[in-house]
Amino acid sequence: MLSEIILKMKGINKSFPGVRALHNVDFVLRKGEIHALMGENGAGKSTLIKVLTGVYEKDAGQNILDGESVHFKSPQEALNNGIGTVFQEIALCPNLTVAENMFIGRNNNNFVHWKKMNTRAEEMLDSLGIPASPTQELSSCSIAVQQMVAIARAIDMDCKILILDEPTSSLDEDEVQKLFALMRELKARGVGIIFITHFLDQVYEISDTITVLRNGELIGEYQTSKLPQIELISHMMGKALSDVSEMKKQDQHKSGSGTPVFEATALSSAAGVRPFNFTIEKGEVNGFAGLLGSGRSESVRAIFAADKVTGGEIKINGKKVKLKTPLDAMKNGIGYLPEDRKHDGIIGELSVRDNIILALQVMKGFFRPFSRKQAEEFANEYIQKLDIRTPSTNTPIQSLSGGNQQKVVLARWLLTHPMYLILDEPTRGIDVGTKVEIQKLVLKLAEDGMSLTFISSEIDEMLRVCSRLIVMKDREIVGELSGTNLTEQDAMLMIAQGGK
Amino acid sequence: MRSLNTTKPKTRLSNSNLLFMIAGIIFVLMYGFALISYPGSFMQFQTFFDLFNLNSALFIVTLGLCVVMIAGGIDISVGAVCGLVTMACAMLLQSTMGSIWGALLLALGIGTAFGVLHGFLIAYLEIQPFIITLGGMFLAQGLLTTLHKDPINVTMPAFVSLRNFTIEIPWLGTVNRLGYFIPCEIKPGVIVVVVLVIIFAVLMKWSRFGRNVYAVGGNSESARMLGINVKRTMFFSYVISGLAAGISGFVFLMTTGAGNIGNGALFEMKAIASNVIGGILLNGGVGNLLGAPIGTLTLLTINELIRAAGVQSNLQAIVSGLLLYVFIVLQSIVMSLRGRRKFRLALPSWLKPQQLQDDKKIDN
Repeated sequence: MLSEIILKMKGINKSFPGVRALHNVDFVLRKGEIHALMGENGAGKSTLIKVLTGVYEKDAGQNILDGESVHFKSPQEALNNGIGTVFQEIALCPNLTVAENMFIGRNNNNFVHWKKMNTRAEEMLDSLGIPASPTQELSSCSIAVQQMVAIARAIDMDCKILILDEPTSSLDEDEVQKLFALMRELKARGVGIIFITHFLDQVYEISDTITVLRNGELIGEYQTSKLPQIELISHMMGKALSDVSEMKKQDQHKSGSGTPVFEATALSSAAGVRPFNFTIEKGEVNGFAGLLGSGRSESVRAIFAADKVTGGEIKINGKKVKLKTPLDAMKNGIGYLPEDRKHDGIIGELSVRDNIILALQVMKGFFRPFSRKQAEEFANEYIQKLDIRTPSTNTPIQSLSGGNQQKVVLARWLLTHPMYLILDEPTRGIDVGTKVEIQKLVLKLAEDGMSLTFISSEIDEMLRVCSRLIVMKDREIVGELSGTNLTEQDAMLMIAQGGK
Repeated sequence: MRSLNTTKPKTRLSNSNLLFMIAGIIFVLMYGFALISYPGSFMQFQTFFDLFNLNSALFIVTLGLCVVMIAGGIDISVGAVCGLVTMACAMLLQSTMGSIWGALLLALGIGTAFGVLHGFLIAYLEIQPFIITLGGMFLAQGLLTTLHKDPINVTMPAFVSLRNFTIEIPWLGTVNRLGYFIPCEIKPGVIVVVVLVIIFAVLMKWSRFGRNVYAVGGNSESARMLGINVKRTMFFSYVISGLAAGISGFVFLMTTGAGNIGNGALFEMKAIASNVIGGILLNGGVGNLLGAPIGTLTLLTINELIRAAGVQSNLQAIVSGLLLYVFIVLQSIVMSLRGRRKFRLALPSWLKPQQLQDDKKIDN
């Protein structure tokens, strides 16, 4: 850790009306270092990055870049001074070519030299080992490659500092490895990288240094190799370790009561899952396991009739029913929390209250609205039950942190008192603390007699919560795990071997 | 690093070019059908040239609107502006101080004025383009009827000779029943169309402005993050559309020779339809500029075809409407097949997204 310091942030303070987002935070980045910035949602990671890149004005403190005090007014200015940011949502134009995306908006030539541009892009892509062709339309690249193109653009602009904000959340394992290879290459070139992620394993795999923030305050800077994972979690949560390990001890998985609540035979949907059979018992928590794209989400969407159902038979409580639309499913007591919270789940401009009562209102019909008082009661009840942190029930949901937004969506479904609730990636992109809370909540709901399907990309999380895992591969169910077979190894093996 | 994977994915056809290809095929099929069904009229080159001669103004309006549509906007004032220009120019030419250059300047001036106004309101005050240009449409229509209610025939000698001016193609033509060779004729308006198509195509493919238009239409938020001046780009797209509407008004007058309240009526709708047939999507960001003239040709061919079939004019509208449905549905089927990279089951191999096949290669 003797290498030279390229960025020093000293005593950063930033407040928003009613919230102190950052309080005296220091941050140091060295040349050729991969520095993980960790913290729960609302800890101040994004705010710190935004203060650095000129999105927000800081209240107090100093940013020192290469020994000089700097003050950026826009991300553009930060970029011109060597600080590039690559966001989770890729800020490139999908309809332009790869090369154009690397060079557009960067010079004042009135005409485009396609040939020259493509050659330069090709050189850059080759030197970084990015598997893309310059003349390819960006939308035809995978998300991982698109992200790499964004990085290549930043590097070509001579960035000394690269900020990667949740770059891996929509990548599969293979793609993550490619991204890491690129990060190591950049590290070797002396670029300082600030890496923000929720995946603890990835932090340990790639980062040199970890800085932990909590509630807008600096908890400390640690060398990754000297910080055990369990300690990192406790730093981030600010809770004693017992709380985390308590979850693990709670190993007596609740299995079902024996009476099937929902049965599907040969169910298939337009989204392309092979016909599958599926049963869940009262009070059971099961899950669909499999790699990204294995058909986990498609299966539950078929159950909820979110995709067009093309065949199969469904029995609820032993009675044959036809579910044609999500509303049919809701009326039959099924709830579904979709994978993509921003896209399918929340309605950003509506208040927390309206978001909570939404599903119940739909079931009741829009011509019989709830009274304000009734809605307020519902909202307050669940804000309390789920510990949703919001200034008021009137706050637009988009101003809440990711974890709290997810709790609101969860509250929406709990309010309808479903007998069977499907949670698709309920813990993605949210902090460890809230993750644990949601896991606990799932187990508690099951104890109270609700049946749940829980899907997560993190298999250990599913093992902790589910009593039965349905393993999928290539849009087909390849097997089931329960009881003593319910281990990470067995699941991996089953996916790898494709069943039998 | 290098060992990781440096196999380059093959470049597949971009969405813009795919749609352009579809538009081209549709046009060829349409015209081929016309040739087979009514060889008497469609076999003559003059029929093809007349599509241009009689509709130069529509071609120009479509071109200007195409730029706005690629930028993700819409301009429904173009027809009314075109009409207003014909009337204003006709009055100027009939007045004592009338001159052709003066009329041309007036046409460009009116078009630019509307373009600047709309561009400013839409780009800088961030108001919905549909509403703003709807306002512009009413304004232009109102001005048109206020200027003069009755048709004005331009009798100024210099203009009449310009109107009657034709270019003959000596080596192309037909021999009539009496054995006379009749060469094909082109109107000056067609030259304007061809020049504008070339200028616009170069602008959209090779100029910084043109590429920025695509970027803004594709994703304006990303375009901003990439350092593109989104507002300026949007502003100028409307200025160009207004300017094109102005030019088209002048060309309209050159074709018909009279200012009339009905001039340019429904041009905006025909232009939108032409662009959509030509593969320029209403969502923006996708489309080849050459699709605009191809789309216009297709629309006009359909109309000619129906006229040749001798059906009533109201049936004409019905048939064009139905055909428009068919084209749009066809386009969206192709696009959605290609967009569903996740669902590869039902796709024929030539439609499979390249990336998936490459990913498979990597796995192996």
